Amino acid sequence: MSVSGKNIGAFRIKGAGRLTPARTARFTFDGKTYTAMEGDTVASALLAHGVHLVGRSFKYHRPRGILSAGAEEPNALIDVSRDAARRQPNVRATVQEVFDGAKISSQNRWPSLKFDVGGFNDLLSPFFAAGFYYKTFMWPKEAWMKVYEPFIRRAAGLGVAPTEEDPDHYANRYAHCDVLIAGAGVAGLTAALSAAATGASVILVDEQPEVGGALHADSATTIDGQNGYEWAQAAAAKLKAMPNVTVLTRTTVFGYYNHGFLGLAERVTDHLARPGKSSPRERLWQVRASRVVLATGSIERHMVFSNNDRPGIMLASAARTFLNHHGVAVGRKVGVYTAHDSAYEAAFDLKRAGVSIAAIVDCRAEPGEAVLAEARSLGIDVLTGHSVTDTFGRLRISSMTVVRNGGSNARKIKVDALIVSAGWTPSVHLFSQSRGKLRFDEKGQRFLPDIYAQDCVSIGGCNGTDDLAELIDEAIVAGGGSIALAGENRFEWTGGMIGAAEGAGPDTVVKAFIDFQHDVTAKDIRLAVREGMHSIEHIKRFTTNGMASDQGKLSNMHGLAIAAEVLDRPIPQVGLTTFRAPYTPVTYGTLVNHSRGDLFDPARKTPMHALEAAEGAEFEDVGNWKRAWYFPKRGEDMATAVNRECRTVREAAGVFDASTLGKIEVVGPDAAQFLNLLYTNAWDALKPGKCRYGIMTREDGFVYDDGVVGRLAEDRFHVTTTTGGAPRVLHHMEDYLQTEFPHLKVWLTSTTEQWAVIAVQGPKAREIIQPFVEGVDISNEAFPHMSVAECTVMGVPARLFRVSFTGELGFEVNVPADYGPAVWKAIWERAESMGACLYGTETMHVLRAEKGYIIVGQDTDGTVTPDDAGLSWAVSKKKTDFVGIRGLKRPDLARDGRKQLVGLLTNKPSDVLEEGAQIVADPNQPKPMTMLGHVTSSYWSENCGRSIAIALVAGGRARIGQTLYVPMKDRTIAVEVTDMVFFDKEGGRING
Amino acid sequence: MLLIHCPYCEEDRSELEFRWAGEAHIARPENIAAITDEEFAEYFFLRNNEKGLTYERWRHIHGCGRFFNAARDTVSDRFLMTYKAGLPKQSIPPAEEATAVAEEKTVETWEATEGDAR
Repeated sequence: MSVSGKNIGAFRIKGAGRLTPARTARFTFDGKTYTAMEGDTVASALLAHGVHLVGRSFKYHRPRGILSAGAEEPNALIDVSRDAARRQPNVRATVQEVFDGAKISSQNRWPSLKFDVGGFNDLLSPFFAAGFYYKTFMWPKEAWMKVYEPFIRRAAGLGVAPTEEDPDHYANRYAHCDVLIAGAGVAGLTAALSAAATGASVILVDEQPEVGGALHADSATTIDGQNGYEWAQAAAAKLKAMPNVTVLTRTTVFGYYNHGFLGLAERVTDHLARPGKSSPRERLWQVRASRVVLATGSIERHMVFSNNDRPGIMLASAARTFLNHHGVAVGRKVGVYTAHDSAYEAAFDLKRAGVSIAAIVDCRAEPGEAVLAEARSLGIDVLTGHSVTDTFGRLRISSMTVVRNGGSNARKIKVDALIVSAGWTPSVHLFSQSRGKLRFDEKGQRFLPDIYAQDCVSIGGCNGTDDLAELIDEAIVAGGGSIALAGENRFEWTGGMIGAAEGAGPDTVVKAFIDFQHDVTAKDIRLAVREGMHSIEHIKRFTTNGMASDQGKLSNMHGLAIAAEVLDRPIPQVGLTTFRAPYTPVTYGTLVNHSRGDLFDPARKTPMHALEAAEGAEFEDVGNWKRAWYFPKRGEDMATAVNRECRTVREAAGVFDASTLGKIEVVGPDAAQFLNLLYTNAWDALKPGKCRYGIMTREDGFVYDDGVVGRLAEDRFHVTTTTGGAPRVLHHMEDYLQTEFPHLKVWLTSTTEQWAVIAVQGPKAREIIQPFVEGVDISNEAFPHMSVAECTVMGVPARLFRVSFTGELGFEVNVPADYGPAVWKAIWERAESMGACLYGTETMHVLRAEKGYIIVGQDTDGTVTPDDAGLSWAVSKKKTDFVGIRGLKRPDLARDGRKQLVGLLTNKPSDVLEEGAQIVADPNQPKPMTMLGHVTSSYWSENCGRSIAIALVAGGRARIGQTLYVPMKDRTIAVEVTDMVFFDKEGGRING
Repeated sequence: MLLIHCPYCEEDRSELEFRWAGEAHIARPENIAAITDEEFAEYFFLRNNEKGLTYERWRHIHGCGRFFNAARDTVSDRFLMTYKAGLPKQSIPPAEEATAVAEEKTVETWEATEGDAR
C-alpha cells in the first residue's frame, strides 16, 4: 500500500489499524530503507513490508522472526542507532517505536542475516545440547580460558555493546503516592478512575506508548457503550486532566521492592526523531506507594512443537495487534495452531480483513462452541483434535504438517504465516517480587496470586480474572471508589495447555523450542532431568531456560510442565523459579543516572587544593580526598622530587597540607572522662594547652585509630583522627556516648572540614611562622613539643599545635577553612624565601617511617594490639575501664610470639623491599614455607642514604639483630631486623 | 528499600538515611575488665542471628544521628516496632507476631522450594 506516493508496505490493510496514514517515518534495516507509519514499532513496520526474518538465534544461529507484539519478545532483538555513540544493542523490535532516520541492524549473524556461517551450529546441535559446556569443554583445563570460552562467546551471543561513551543524559525522580497502578489496560484504567474519584493521589503506569493494554489487539470489546480502545484513550485523557493523577506511558514498573518501594523506567526520547537537547533519554522513578494495584495482565504462550521457531510463526495475539492496531497483515495465507479460543478471534479478524486462513488446527477435541460456530459461519476450516507436528521453509515458514491426534496420516498445508496460542500466563512477576505467594490454579493450569506480603492487590488478567464484567467490578473495588462502568466481550474464552504438544513428547528428539532466546528445547529439559537435575532451579541453570533477557515470560510454564511430566510430580510440587527484578531489561544509563564521571563519587578537596595544583602538585586519592602527593619541579620524576623534598624538610623546612586529618571536637564537663573510656591513654592529667598521642582500640583490643588530641580547656578537646578513619571514629564515639555511656555530659562535633591545617616542619619551622603568630610565645621553653594554643595567625583566629610527624621541629597551623588559602600563601611565600619546600604525602610517609611512626591501616591491619605496634606505653595501667581493656587480656592477645612491628634493613642498602612481601627465617626450606610476617612500609630514605622498611614479624622484637629473608620471584633478599627508628635515634631534632 | 520509623524524629524515612548497627539489648558489662573469657565471648563475639523476630539497633545517621532499637521480622522485613535507645526490650503484641509468622509462610525459602530436591 502507498500513501502520498510513499510505499508503506505491501502488507498494510487499507482501513485497518489505528495509525494515521499521513504521518510516515523512514528507517533502515540492515542498510535497506523502509517507510513506516508514525506509531509503528520496528516489528510492525518490517512486517508491513513482508519482512519476517530479523535475527539469528543465540546458540544454533537459526533464522528467527517476530514472535510477539510486546515486551515479552524473546526473538526479535535488534540494534538501534541514531549515530555512532547513540547505539543500543538487544532492543526488542516489538517495543522500539520507529523514528525518522533510525538505523536498525540485525544481530548475531555473519556475514549476513540470510547467509550466516554460524548456522553451521544448527547441524552440530547434537553437541550443543543443554549443559554441553560443562561437559565438553572441561579438558584440558587451560584451554577453557584461551580457546573454548572466547570461541563460544563469539559464536553464541546477542548484540555488541557500543564502544563510545554514552552522550545522552538520564534523569532521576522520587515520588510518593497513595496508589500506584501498574498496567493501564481495562483493569488498570478502571482502578485508576475509581481511586482518583476518592481524591487519592494516583500514579498510573504503562509500558506501551498509549494506554489500553490488551485492547491494542482487540476489535470486539465494548466498554461504557464505546469501542474498548477508544474508551481507554478517553479514560486516560480524563485521568490526565485530574490534578491528583499522574499517567506515565512508555514507563515500565521494573521492580517491586520492600515497603511499597517501586522502580520505574520511563523512556522519554527513544521514540523521537529529534529529541530536545535538554530532554533526558530515560528517567528513573523511585516511588514509595502506600498501596499498589497490579493490573499487569497476562502473556500469551506459544505452542511447543517441532520446528516451531521459523520466521512467520508468531503468537495469535501478536498477529491480532499488528492487524487491529498497526493495520498490518502478517501473511496472505495464515495457518492457526491453538489450544485456546483466543486464537480464533485473531483468525476472524484476519479473515474479515481479507486474509486467507489456511486452517485452524486445534489440538483440543472440543473448542468453545461460540468460536467454533463463528468460524463455520466465516467459512474457516477448523481441524479439531489435530496437531501441527512440523514446519518447513528455510528463512520463513512455507508449510505446516498437520496430523490427527493419535493418527499417522500427515498432510502438508501451505502457509506463509502460522499463528499460535497455547493460552495465557498471568503476569505475576511484580506480585512475586513483592514476596507474595502463588498458588497453582489446576483448572486454568496457571499460577495465581494467593497470599500478599505487602499492601497490594492484583486485578484482571494477572489475577486470573477472565470475565470482563467481573474484572471491572474487581478493579472498581481495588481503586477504593465507586464508579459505574459496564463492559462486554463478544466471546467467552476457554482452553489452554502447558508443556509439549503432540509430536514433541518425551519419546521424540525433535527441536521443539520452549525458550527461543536461549535456544532451549523440550528435549533439553528432559535431558536435564535425566542428568539428575530434579529441582526446577537446577533445571533452569542447567538448560538456561528462562535465563535470557526475557526471563522466560513465554517459556517458564512450558519448561515447568515438561519437567513435571518427566519427574512424574504434580506441577505445584515442582514449583516455579523465583521472579526477580527487573521485569524487562533496564539500561545501565537509567540506573547509573547522574552518578557518573565527576558525580560518580564526588572528590573531596582541601581549601588549598587549587594553590597546590598551581605549584605543580601530583595528587593521590586517599578515600574520597585528593591529597597532594609530591611537587615535582621541571624535569623531576617522582623519586627525584620525593628525595629532594625529604632532604629539604630536614635541612631547612617543608610546608604540608594536613587538612584532611579527621577532626572531632569533644566538649562537655565529662569530656575527659569520655576520652578515658574511648582511648587506651589516660586524659585526666593532661593540662589545657597540652597534646597527647592517643590510641583507640575496639572492644576486642585491636588498634582502631590513632591521632593527636589537644586539650584546649578543662571541658574542650580537639581530637584528630586518621584521614580515612574520621567518619567511623565519630560513629564509634557516638555509639558509646549514646548507648553505653549516656550519663556522660559530652557533645561531639565533626570539624574535619572546618579547619584548614598547614603543617610547617623542619629546623626553620619556627622562624617561618613566627611573624604571623600573635597571642602566644612559641619558643621552645614556652611552647614545647606537644603544646596547643588558641591564638591568631595573620589576624585569623587559629589553633596552633606544636606537633611533629617528621621528627623535626614542627607546627600545625589550624585556621578556619575559608582563610586557609590566604594563610597558606603567606606562609609558603616566606618559607620559600628561606629555602623550604612544599611536600606531599609521599614525603610525609618516608619522613615518618624514618622515625618509626606508624600509620594505622598501613602498618596495622585490625589484628594488631598497641603492644604489637610497640605502643604499650600509651595503654594506661591505672584505668579500670576503657574500650578494649578486656579484649587486651584475651590469652591470644597476651601470648608470646605475636607479630610485632620492627624495622628491617636490607643487607644491600640499595634494595628497596616490596610492601606486602613475606618474610621467612630459612629461605631454603621446602614449600609451603613458614611465613613469619610481611613488610608493611618500605621506602628509599634519602636522609639515611639507604632503604628502610617496617614489618610485622612473629616475635619481632626478640629477633632484633637476626637476619631474615624475603623471598621474591627472582631472588631472595636478606634483611636485618632492627628497631623502628632509622633517623635521629636520640630524637633531638624535634626541638629544632 | 526499607521504610523506617525514627522514634526521635517521629518520621518514616527511607533506608538510605539509616545505618544498621547490630543486635540490640546487648549491654556492655559493668565490670568488663573482670569478666571471664566466656563472658567476654558471649558479650562481644556471639550473636543470635535469629530468623524471624529480631531486635536490632539502627542509627539515623543521615538524619538526627540517634541510635535506636527496632523489632523487625527478618523474613518479611517488616518493622514491628521502633523505640528509643535505653528503653527495655519491648514485647511485641501477639497479633503482630501472628502476622509475622503467617507472613513467614508467604516467602519462598530455599527449604520450601528446593528442600525435597536435596
